Amino acid sequence: MKYTNLSDAVLVSNYIKGQENALAILIERHKQRIYSFIYSKVFDRDISEDIFQDTFIKVINTLKKGRYNEEGKFLPWVMRIAHNLIIDHFRKDNRMPKFEDNGEFSIFSIISDGSLNAEKRLIKDQVEDDVRKLIKELPDDQKEVLMMRMYKDMSFKEISEKTGVSINTALGRMRYALINLRKVIEKHNIVLTA
Amino acid sequence: MTNNYFLSSFEERELVPKKTTIDFLLNYSKALSVIDYKQLKFEILLN
Repeated sequence: MKYTNLSDAVLVSNYIKGQENALAILIERHKQRIYSFIYSKVFDRDISEDIFQDTFIKVINTLKKGRYNEEGKFLPWVMRIAHNLIIDHFRKDNRMPKFEDNGEFSIFSIISDGSLNAEKRLIKDQVEDDVRKLIKELPDDQKEVLMMRMYKDMSFKEISEKTGVSINTALGRMRYALINLRKVIEKHNIVLTA
Repeated sequence: MTNNYFLSSFEERELVPKKTTIDFLLNYSKALSVIDYKQLKFEILLN
């Protein structure tokens, strides 16, 4: 009798006894049905390939550990393993939303590490330095309010108490400070962006 | 329509795992040995 004509049950038995080529025949015999079944559920070649591989890893582990007890029903058993792995795949897939880089949207725009690279850090330092120089040119009362608000993070109430002016005056000085800064920036065509 | 029929039959023919996947499985099988020791089963993967 030709080796390839042996039934699944005999091949499984031979494999358990240590004949490795019995597994090759079993895979060769059933690969198309199992793979097609997986593909018909997931519609993705790579995922089908992964599930097919995981299915047979489970098959190999179970057979080698001697835990297989469904003689004569090899294919339905393998199909059931594949089916369970497909369900696991979809469960995992629902828990982990995927983002595909399709050109219009890049996942790296979301998961960047947030820190600046050397070039951007230099530009940021330069911009901050320029802003500091511009602030120095403001009238003292406006400069004082702006420094307290932006650099010391004080509220307008705290600023008014510290400088002895009303909150409205402090707000007005802040407003004029920003207007004056904008005027200087526009007048001298200063670029303050990266 | 002709194209669709052609495509589906072509895909059907091609619905098999890659040779590399099967080779991996066969090598995995060869490398895996299970050792029984006092009702415990130890898996050993040899490269």
